[in-house]
Amino acid sequence: MKLVIAMLMDGMIYASWLFLIAAGLTLIYGVMRILNMAHGSFYAIGAYAGASLVGFYLAGGYPPWGAYLVLLGAAIFSGIIIGLLVERGLLRFMYGRDEVVMILVTYAILLILEDVIKLAWGVDAYFAYQPYTLLGRTKLVGLSYANYDIALIFISASICFLLWWGLNRTRQGKLLQAVIHDRDTAAFLGINVTRMFTVTFVIGAVLGTFAGALTAPGISVMPGIGIEVIILAFAVVVIGGLGSIGGALTGALIVGLARSASVHLYPEAELFVIYGVMAVVLAFRPQGLFAIATARKI
Amino acid sequence: MFRSFAKKSTLTGLILVSAAAQPILAADDYKLGLVTFLSGGAAGPFGIPAQNAAKLVLETLNAGQLPAPYNTTGINGRTIVPVFMDEAGGATKQASEYRNLVERQGVDAVVGYISSGDCLAVPAVAEQLKTLTVLFDCGTPRVFEENDFKYVFRTGPTATMDNVAAAHYINETVEGLKSVSGINQNYSFGHESWADFNGSLNQLKAGVDVTTEQFPKIYAGQYGAEISALMVNSANVIHSSFWGGDMEAFLLQGSARGLFEDQTALLTTGESAMYRLSDQIPEGTILGGRGPFGVFAPDTALNRWFREAYTSEFGTPPTYPAYKMVQGILGLKLATEKAALNVNGQPSTEDVVSAFEYLEYEGPGGKVSMNRGKGHQATMEMVYGRYALQDGKPAVTDVRHYAAACVTPPEGMTSVSWIEKGMPDAQCD
Amino acid sequence: MKIATILLIAAAIAALAAGLVMPGWLTFMLTLALAKGLVVLGLLLLMRAGLVSFGQGLYYCLGAYCVGIAGDYLQTQNALLLMLLAVVACVALAAIIGLLLCRYRDIFFAMFSMAFSMILYGILVKSTAFGSTDGFNVKPPLLFGWTPGGESSPMMAYGLAVVAVTGVGIFVWNYLRSPMGYAGEAIRENEIRVEYLGVSVRKVIYIKYLLAAAMAGLGGAITALAAGHIDPEMAYWTTSGEFVFIALMGGTGHAAGPVLGSIIFELLRTYAFQISPYTWQMILGTALLAIILYLPKGVWSLVERITKRIAA
Repeated sequence: MKLVIAMLMDGMIYASWLFLIAAGLTLIYGVMRILNMAHGSFYAIGAYAGASLVGFYLAGGYPPWGAYLVLLGAAIFSGIIIGLLVERGLLRFMYGRDEVVMILVTYAILLILEDVIKLAWGVDAYFAYQPYTLLGRTKLVGLSYANYDIALIFISASICFLLWWGLNRTRQGKLLQAVIHDRDTAAFLGINVTRMFTVTFVIGAVLGTFAGALTAPGISVMPGIGIEVIILAFAVVVIGGLGSIGGALTGALIVGLARSASVHLYPEAELFVIYGVMAVVLAFRPQGLFAIATARKI
Repeated sequence: MFRSFAKKSTLTGLILVSAAAQPILAADDYKLGLVTFLSGGAAGPFGIPAQNAAKLVLETLNAGQLPAPYNTTGINGRTIVPVFMDEAGGATKQASEYRNLVERQGVDAVVGYISSGDCLAVPAVAEQLKTLTVLFDCGTPRVFEENDFKYVFRTGPTATMDNVAAAHYINETVEGLKSVSGINQNYSFGHESWADFNGSLNQLKAGVDVTTEQFPKIYAGQYGAEISALMVNSANVIHSSFWGGDMEAFLLQGSARGLFEDQTALLTTGESAMYRLSDQIPEGTILGGRGPFGVFAPDTALNRWFREAYTSEFGTPPTYPAYKMVQGILGLKLATEKAALNVNGQPSTEDVVSAFEYLEYEGPGGKVSMNRGKGHQATMEMVYGRYALQDGKPAVTDVRHYAAACVTPPEGMTSVSWIEKGMPDAQCD
Repeated sequence: MKIATILLIAAAIAALAAGLVMPGWLTFMLTLALAKGLVVLGLLLLMRAGLVSFGQGLYYCLGAYCVGIAGDYLQTQNALLLMLLAVVACVALAAIIGLLLCRYRDIFFAMFSMAFSMILYGILVKSTAFGSTDGFNVKPPLLFGWTPGGESSPMMAYGLAVVAVTGVGIFVWNYLRSPMGYAGEAIRENEIRVEYLGVSVRKVIYIKYLLAAAMAGLGGAITALAAGHIDPEMAYWTTSGEFVFIALMGGTGHAAGPVLGSIIFELLRTYAFQISPYTWQMILGTALLAIILYLPKGVWSLVERITKRIAA
């Protein structure tokens, strides 16, 4: 029983983290058809901005609860800046290129941003663990969990709900759905696709920096953290079906639970889990679980 | 218009940069290649501290201001000019870059390599090019157990020594030791560390249970599930050879969940985190520094100078990669100067090689003896201690030293078979 | 013989002759670049059919490990035998995986092929007998017991690489002009129409996949022989990504693109390392962006533009 609950809890926590890093990626892909490798850099920038600003804030002797607001502010601020810079400054000149070329373009951005981060923050690790430990912990059937991690589950769930609501229940969201389904027709109907692209990209970038800022308190923020999460996010998104928010959620849950089951029952397999799950899902659902239907061109 | 201008300006920029990058070299300068990680996850904990230490020591050596016996200028009077190189890109890439260092940039010798994979790939090229190469940090014992190299030396102890000493330490200091668990990164260093630790513990004390062996991916950063597994399968001691960001993340996440309240963590590289995370490491945690480095280093003039100079220059006390880098450079300097005593002018590489073999010298971490691998592999004493706050400041207590002969296989025997056979001929006090 | 073939052979002979006077580092670097060029030539076949594999590292690594393991196990240093073994093993594996993969397109083909290469990576990381992530050393190659320039010379592997690239290059050049080769481009444009024409799309893709695997295996084998060391990194997704990077850099329009691309890539990277050890990634990224912006069809398009201008 203890084992089952541990597996479920660990799986859920890991899944909520995976969803956070995958949400922005899948949103950008869904709207813009860009598989954004630079998402890893956004994550890293968010983590650096969060960790360094929290450190700065706490060193000033302000009340520790404010650190959560600082994290949030750092994520939104850095996400908007980097999102606008990348989209307005670079990507918009590349629209219409092949999907693979776009992956390479974002890969080049990732390479550049890796060094930009190094130049801006140096290579020494940043810590901002106060927000992580401040919330204390909860005991569940004899196992302690950090309340921060439990809160992560709720935050992920709310983001998922917000995205769903924004896409399905608001006017702007419905316009965006039109763009997702058929870019040309949407433009033809008078939707400002270019602006939609910019807004989507910035929201996606903020989701990326937000994931980084939320992760920062529990880790040591240092060079290379961005590269590590990209492939995880890719796998989650592909399992769920590219471009689908519900798919990213399902993919995250499947990978999270499978990974925690493996850690508890058969640690040897941990390295294979994510690719194993991906191979099995793709073998039966070649387009992932919740693929957006595409028209066949004859 | 703009495009062609942009093209031209990038081109000129590149030309300018490449022109500026050519250092002005006097004829008798000693060009030293220094290869450490400057990008990726190993740069922060290892690569940059090592590079910083190298910069500091080379500057001081060139001015001839290091404490005796290193107070002569440069290497045998020649001013040392460093050529830094990133270790990123994998073993094949590094073999290629090594050739570039030697054949294109014309370095006299190379000190470097943190990754064990690079330490296995590079020596073959070093032998072909007959260039003196000092491996300073990598841990795998395989380098000199599987090969005989002439031009390659390693001035740092192997990872086997770490883990055998760790087994000794918990066997001696943990009362009622019944069980251990392990969390190590899923790559060679992690596998070997755990196998050496667990193997030697079995030889020292029969009947210690292993409750769980976790091998998360390197740079994973999220250890929630592993921490739960360690809690479910509780043990007296949790062994971990995590380093850098992974170790620090594991410490943070484990502390926040109270993992270390009824289990003791044994961190073979923990020393490097004790100043950075001083209020997050539980007291009583067993820390190692991969040798007598950092807080475990002896109180000598050289060490005092190094700690003070490094701390004032870079703002933090030096960790073990910094110590090991200094040790590598000093070994090279001593061997070259020893070889120079018997020849007129500058000694040949072969002269330096024979002077380097079986060399014994004092580094900032104490005595280094090049007495394994036919005189090419260093041994040092090993030190472990427990973390404690003394007057609110991070420190170590219950420090134990293990002589090199206690934790190192005798010449000609591999670490794996030495541990399997019950560590024969180990001379422990 | 066609003019192009003669030109290529002449270029190969010139490259071999140049090898005699080149400095060692350049020979070594060119060998690695040519080996990668072989992998990318295979990738080019797939990319012409609109399929981008992010998993060619699977065969690159498998080929290398075949050389390493067979060299130890069979006690042979015979380069030709080892290379043949590597190719056979890769084609055998591709024959199985290809059956599954040829149903996939676009990003799913890319990710699925990556999954397989990451599974090989995982297996190798777990294999302590093969040195886990540290890998192990491979003995220098011999050609029927003979090696030009002594054991320490990089000439032997260089020669093998030049000959292999020439052979494969001629094959690819001709293949792209064969009905099978054109079928690839037709598939990229419109698969359904190709099926209506009575051509089996799956068969065309399957054969291309096998060929690409064979070339990647050959490239891996040459890398192992040249570098003398192999490790699982060769199957990691970043290695596969590098191949795609090179393919786009060189251009997929001509068989010479991949080879040119990989040579430029290696040169660019090694000089970026030398000029700016701290920020070489930025140089690499900027160069890639510049190529995508100014030379959307790869570096080879520049050569074509120049030859056209000369002809005109």
